[in-house]
Amino acid sequence: MFGLSTKDTTLLLFVAALTLLAPFLLNPFPENSAMAQFNAGYPDLMQRFVIFGTFAIGFNILFGLTGYLSFGHAAFLGVGSYGAIWMMKLLTLNVIPAIIMGVIFAGLFALLVGYISLRRSGIYFSILTLAFAQMSYALAYSVLTPITGGETGLQLKATDTPLLSNLAPGEIGRANLFGVDMRSSYELVIGDWLFTFNAGYYIAAVCMLIGFYISIRIFRSPFGMMLRAVKSNQQRMNYTGLNSKPYTLAAFVISGMYAGLAGGLMVAMDTQVGPERMFWTASGEVVLMAILGGVGTLIGPVLGAGMIKYMENILSKINDAILHQWFAFMPDGIENLLVAIFHPFIGKGWHLTLGMLFMLIVIFLPGGLVEGGQRIGRIFRRRDRKADSVESDAAKQRKPAE
Amino acid sequence: MSKSNFTRRGVLKTSVLAGGALAVPTIFDGSVWADGHTGFTNAPEGGTVTLGFNVPQSGPYADEGADELRAYELAVEHLNGGGDGGMLNTFTSKTLDGTGINGKKVEYVTGDTQTKSDAARASARSMIEKDGAIMITGGSSSGVAVAVQALCQEAGVIFMAGLTHSNDTTGKDRKANGFRHFFNSYMSGAALAPVLAANYGTDRKAYHLTADYNWGYTTEEAVRSSTEAMGWETVNAVKTPLTQTDFSSYIAPVLQSGADTLILNHYGGNMVNSLTNAVQFGLRDKQVNGKDFQIVVPLYSRLMAKGAGANVKGIFGSTNWHWSLTDEGSKAFVKSFGTKYGFPPSQAAHTCYVQTLLYADAVNRAGSFNPCAVVEALEGYEFDGLGNGPTLYRADDHQCFKDVLVVKGKENPTSEFDLLEIVEITPRAQVEYAPDHPQMGGAAATLGTCNPGA
Repeated sequence: MFGLSTKDTTLLLFVAALTLLAPFLLNPFPENSAMAQFNAGYPDLMQRFVIFGTFAIGFNILFGLTGYLSFGHAAFLGVGSYGAIWMMKLLTLNVIPAIIMGVIFAGLFALLVGYISLRRSGIYFSILTLAFAQMSYALAYSVLTPITGGETGLQLKATDTPLLSNLAPGEIGRANLFGVDMRSSYELVIGDWLFTFNAGYYIAAVCMLIGFYISIRIFRSPFGMMLRAVKSNQQRMNYTGLNSKPYTLAAFVISGMYAGLAGGLMVAMDTQVGPERMFWTASGEVVLMAILGGVGTLIGPVLGAGMIKYMENILSKINDAILHQWFAFMPDGIENLLVAIFHPFIGKGWHLTLGMLFMLIVIFLPGGLVEGGQRIGRIFRRRDRKADSVESDAAKQRKPAE
Repeated sequence: MSKSNFTRRGVLKTSVLAGGALAVPTIFDGSVWADGHTGFTNAPEGGTVTLGFNVPQSGPYADEGADELRAYELAVEHLNGGGDGGMLNTFTSKTLDGTGINGKKVEYVTGDTQTKSDAARASARSMIEKDGAIMITGGSSSGVAVAVQALCQEAGVIFMAGLTHSNDTTGKDRKANGFRHFFNSYMSGAALAPVLAANYGTDRKAYHLTADYNWGYTTEEAVRSSTEAMGWETVNAVKTPLTQTDFSSYIAPVLQSGADTLILNHYGGNMVNSLTNAVQFGLRDKQVNGKDFQIVVPLYSRLMAKGAGANVKGIFGSTNWHWSLTDEGSKAFVKSFGTKYGFPPSQAAHTCYVQTLLYADAVNRAGSFNPCAVVEALEGYEFDGLGNGPTLYRADDHQCFKDVLVVKGKENPTSEFDLLEIVEITPRAQVEYAPDHPQMGGAAATLGTCNPGA
């Protein structure tokens, strides 16, 4: 279907099912139970899952296929966001032009940055992209304050009057898609369970699925093969008379446009932009997402993005009071001891937990979560141990970035 | 692409799927923000009410955040009838009797803003969407406060700002659902200027070093206009990057400029570093234009004074509240905070504690959790007994007006907490300004209308 092989179609349908049923899958615990703390099925986090999934898919086209490690991808996310919010402030509150503008701006900026940075490869390329990203961050933070709103960032205000929207004076505009508010949701109550179906989430999910489909097509195309060739030996490729620069530049721009799409979606879901979206830690985060999930695999980066965002939003909200609640059935001494043991890993300690998990995965599952999945899969399919899953050929390509 | 097989069948299948996907948005009707049918977002059900404490637990202001969280926990304890009641006993409004808010027991959720507006908004949204928080409070920087305030306005919950000093929070970015108890840049400038004039004379030449972001800009503007109004001259104003840790290259040109006063519009780590550099350069021992060289820090906090150590001795600044105040409210708060945690509270802790009490009291007086009723109860509200003397929550911009403390670094500190001494308590009348003051966004800044969410 859609010009994909059976395996790829299965993968695409699998991802589609996961995203469309996410409101059910992410809310496995009843509303009032103690485990409800771990439910992730509320609109904001679901939106973040698919938006950062999109971001990571795009990053993987560059890093996974060509092996070029960009350390400045957050800059494109930021540029896309600023482009999108200005579109909403000036033209229309409909999200489609905003998202398109985000993609275009990020693409143009990626063309400029890529043209310069791709003159070098390996660590020099990484440093160049990092420098560009930090430069954009610093510009947005202070120098360009009239355009970017500086540290405070940009939001829709009562004083904004987009050309194509008729707002009552003093009314603050809301992002919508042909009248459907991005924040509107339908709530389904089944027994003790509460499932939220949010309009904005499904729009972001459709964008991610389209992005995922395009990424599969790129992976399987001759263009994708060229990019893999760059990863395995760019010098040899150059010696055979092929100019690899147009290919790497195209991959860079495409992955920048994915970041712009993610940035545009972020603005569409929550109409505000701040410069720290471009800070180098945000660029580092997407690298972590790709590695955690499985570099060079199709679904890996999406899983990695989901995992990091889950930790950031769920783990960071657990505090000592909640721990005491959990262990309340224990005798006092043991309860306090357990709370003291868990304390460094929750709340502000979520970075620590994430770091440890990252180390464990890199050491024991170099192929990321996807490799973990494959190993589990192999246990259950002993007979055809050698049978390739959809991802394995891509995973085998893994090679440390030069 | 390798395989483009546009068969009739394939096209049909694709278009059916695409049609289905396009139809998805039309099935949505209800709004999650209008949870239930009670007329406003997150109307509390059952016997409890949930508040959201959104503070920086990691990042540059983690110290302030930790102290804010302590204050919130203390406030919840007092509201639910625990502890010694703290400021509940000194507050002029007597609606808080230890039975929670409006008879409902107070519960809370916490989140980490990371001092980033994105993370802060994500955390606040999860409190509203997942935990059903009816009020969000906290924050330790103005960028975050402005971002979360706008979110709360959209979502239809109340935002009680924590430590945010930039004019913008209740200036050009003011919102009907947002309230600030903390003072602001303008008030700092207005309170400091007369003290500076009295101590350093009216013919000084000032040189500003300003942190290159919104708070720095509004503080520089405020201090500059109030000092210029009393006769000072501004020689130069240089912006320094927020990430700067070594300010030597910015300090060196100060002496050549002919200035005799250095004003550091820096906060947190920036101020600690710039002040230390300035003192190391021997600026304070210099004589310029026949006067002793002086340094001024518009916004002081105890945590900063601690970081800068002995360098703060004798340096003027302003602060919202200090634990050495001797009114009944401050004493009660310092006592219960000290009993619980073993050290005196910071000004960040104080403002957060007070904001929680003010919100709870407003709900009690309004008899409803409806944000619009709360807004009405807080607007133009006069109270006392919370440590700052008689205070007004002005209806025009939701800013508290109260006395401002001018402090200076203590020459002989007796403990690691006793670093600042109060020089003057500037009366409220002296720091008041018109709601449409140019530094506050002028006539274009409006609150908009309150949003209950439904």
